[in-house]
Amino acid sequence: MCLRFSAAMPLSTQSQADDEQYVLVASLDNARNLSNILKAITFKDHAIFNATPNGLKVTVEDSKCLQANAFIQAEIFQEFTIKEDLVGFQVNLTVLLDCLNIFGGSSVPGVSTALRMCYGGYGFPLTLFLEEGGVVTVCKINTQEPDEPIDFEFCSTNVTNKVILQSESLKEPFSELDMTSEVLQITMSPSQPYFRLSTFGNSGNAHYDYPKDSDMMELFQCTKTQTNRYKMSLLKPSTKALALSCKVSVRTDSRGFLSLQYLVRNDDGQICFVEYYCCPDEEVE
Amino acid sequence: MDCVVTGGNVKVLAKAIHSLSRIGDELYVEPQEDGLPLRSVNSSRSAYACFLFAPLFFSRYTITSEEAFRCKIAIKSVQAVFRSLASLEKTVEKCHIELDRKKNRITFTLYCKHGLLKTHNLSFQDSESLQAVFDKDSYANVFRAQPRLLVDTVVHFPPSLEEVTVAVSDDRMWFRNHVDDEAELSKAMLTELCLASDEFDHFAVRAHSSVTFCLKELRGLLVFAESTGLPISMYFDEPGSPVVLSVTDSVLEGNFVLATLSDDPNHRKNNTRRAHTPPPPPPDDFMNDDIDSYLIAMDTSMAPGPSATGPPTPPLAEPTYSKQPVAASHRTRIHSEEEEEEEEDEPADSDGPPNKKFCSLFFGSVLPPSSQMSTQPVKSQVVLASDSEDDTQAE
Repeated sequence: MCLRFSAAMPLSTQSQADDEQYVLVASLDNARNLSNILKAITFKDHAIFNATPNGLKVTVEDSKCLQANAFIQAEIFQEFTIKEDLVGFQVNLTVLLDCLNIFGGSSVPGVSTALRMCYGGYGFPLTLFLEEGGVVTVCKINTQEPDEPIDFEFCSTNVTNKVILQSESLKEPFSELDMTSEVLQITMSPSQPYFRLSTFGNSGNAHYDYPKDSDMMELFQCTKTQTNRYKMSLLKPSTKALALSCKVSVRTDSRGFLSLQYLVRNDDGQICFVEYYCCPDEEVE
Repeated sequence: MDCVVTGGNVKVLAKAIHSLSRIGDELYVEPQEDGLPLRSVNSSRSAYACFLFAPLFFSRYTITSEEAFRCKIAIKSVQAVFRSLASLEKTVEKCHIELDRKKNRITFTLYCKHGLLKTHNLSFQDSESLQAVFDKDSYANVFRAQPRLLVDTVVHFPPSLEEVTVAVSDDRMWFRNHVDDEAELSKAMLTELCLASDEFDHFAVRAHSSVTFCLKELRGLLVFAESTGLPISMYFDEPGSPVVLSVTDSVLEGNFVLATLSDDPNHRKNNTRRAHTPPPPPPDDFMNDDIDSYLIAMDTSMAPGPSATGPPTPPLAEPTYSKQPVAASHRTRIHSEEEEEEEEDEPADSDGPPNKKFCSLFFGSVLPPSSQMSTQPVKSQVVLASDSEDDTQAE
C-alpha cells in the first residue's frame, strides 16, 4: 500500500481521461456506506471482490465452513462504471478498512469522507482517492489473485424452515451468548418451541425461545422440526452484521446448512444485504 | 424451591447478584421459610456478603418443607442470566427460579417482551452452610447515610485504590486512601475527604477510631444501594475488627462484613511469623481482645444429613470447641497463607516484611492458635473456617 497526500485536489477535478485506464470506477459521497457494511463481514483478512454491472459483492470465508457476503448494489454508488461483465480481485480487508477510515471515520453529521475507488484490471493495485475537507489521500492497495468462493449450494427450493425476525429481538441474545459453549444450536419447528437458540456451556445450558406469534416475528415458515448445531466460533462474527441490521432472515435447508440474511440500512436510508452461510457442526439425532 | 420475581424486583435481584459477584466466585443459596438468602464470601474469607429476600419480595415463594437444602453456584453463570442490566427493567417482565434437587439444577426462566423466553439451566454443587455471625447492636460506632453521599465520596478515589481508611470523631468522618507502609510515602498521593455529621441520617460515635478496609466490596454495595435508593448503614469498632455495611427495607436486607486492617505493626508481625514457624506461640495480648462480641465467624460445619439424629449443634453457642472444627480451621489458615505465597511474585522470606494482606491479618486476629484452643476453653469462640471441600479446590 502506498499513500500520497495532496492538498486542494477535489475528486471532481480528476480528469475523465484518467478514468480510461480503469476497468472499474466506483464513487461514494460517504465512504462510511462502504466501510460499515464491510465491517459486518470482517473476520478474516482476505476478501474476494466481484463487481458486475449490478454492483459489488465482497466475500470472506473461514475454514471452508463459513462464508459471508456483502452486497452493495450499483445504485448505492454515485458513480459505478464497469467495463467488463465481471471484474474480480482479492485484497486485504483490514488494510482496505484502515484506508477507508484514514480520516478518522468521523460520524459527525455533515462531515463525510468522499471516496473514489478505481481498479485498473488484473495485476493493478486497487486505488482509493479519499477526500475530506479539501484534503485528498490516495491509497494503493496491492491486489491478489482472486480465490474462487465456495459454493454452498444453498438453494431456496431446498429451504425447510425460514423465519424473519426484527434484528432488535436477536441482538440481546447474541450479545449474551454463553461463549463457553462450543456450539449454538438452532431449533426450528412448526410446533413448540418454534424458534429456539440453545447453548451448552460450562455452567449449564441456556435456551432462548421465540413464539411464532411474537410481534418481532415477521414471517414464520417452518415445515419440519430441525435441530442443528453450528460452531459458536464461526457464528460469532455474524453478530457484527446483526448489530447493523434491522431485519434478519434465518433459513435452514434440508442438509442443515444455515443461511442468515441481514437487511442493512445505511446512513442515507438505502438498503444493502449481508449474508452468512454456515455448515452444521454435526448431525443431531 | 420455586419462586417468581416480577417487575422492578427482577432488577433488584440482578443488582444484588452483581454486588455479590464483587465478593466471591460462588453464590451460596439456602432457601428458608423466612426468605431466600444469597451469600458470597471471598477466597481469603475476609469479606462476606448476604442478601436476604423476604417471601414478600417474591410474587410467589414456596419451598419444599424437607430438611434444609443448600447449594452453591458459580456466580459468573448467574450473572450471565442477568447480563444486560441496563435493559433488564424494560425487557424482563417476570423471572421464575426453580431449584430441582433431583436433577441437580437451578432453572432461571426470564419472561421477556415480545414473548421471548430465556431459560438458563445451571448446575450446582452441594455446599456447606455459610453464615457470618455478627451483632450489629454491639458496635460502638453506627452511621447511616444516603447512598449518594458515599458514592460522591468514593468517586474521588482512583479505581486502582484497594483500601480506604475511615476515621471518626464526635462530629466528623474522614475517608482517606490507605497507603502501604512499604510504599514510598514521598511518591504516594494522599486523598482525604471530610464529611460532617449532619450529612448523615444517623451519626453515633462511642469510640474515636479509624478502620481500613477494601474499597472494592464497598463499591459493590454502593452500586446496589444507589440503584435501589436504600440508605447504607455502617457499623465499626476498632482496627482489626470487621466493619459491617448494610441496607434494609421491608422485603430485603443486605449485609456486607469486611475485615479491617489491624493497625498494630507488632501484632501484624506476630501473625506472619506465626504462620511460618509452627507450632505458633500464642501472643500474650490475644486473649485480651474483646473478640467475642464483634468478630465474624463462618459456620462452615456440614449440615446434618438426613440420617443425623438430634438437633444440629450450633457451634458458635458452644462454650468449648470440638476438635474437628479446630483442625479444620487450622488447616484453612495455613491453606490461605499458602495461597498468598503463590500470589507473591518474589519468593516469600520468612523474616521479610509483614504481609499486609487482609486475609492473614484477619485469620491471625480471629483464630487463636490451635494449641491454645484445645487446652483453654474460650467463651463463645468464633472461627473463620472453610470446609475441606474448599481446600481441594485450591489452585
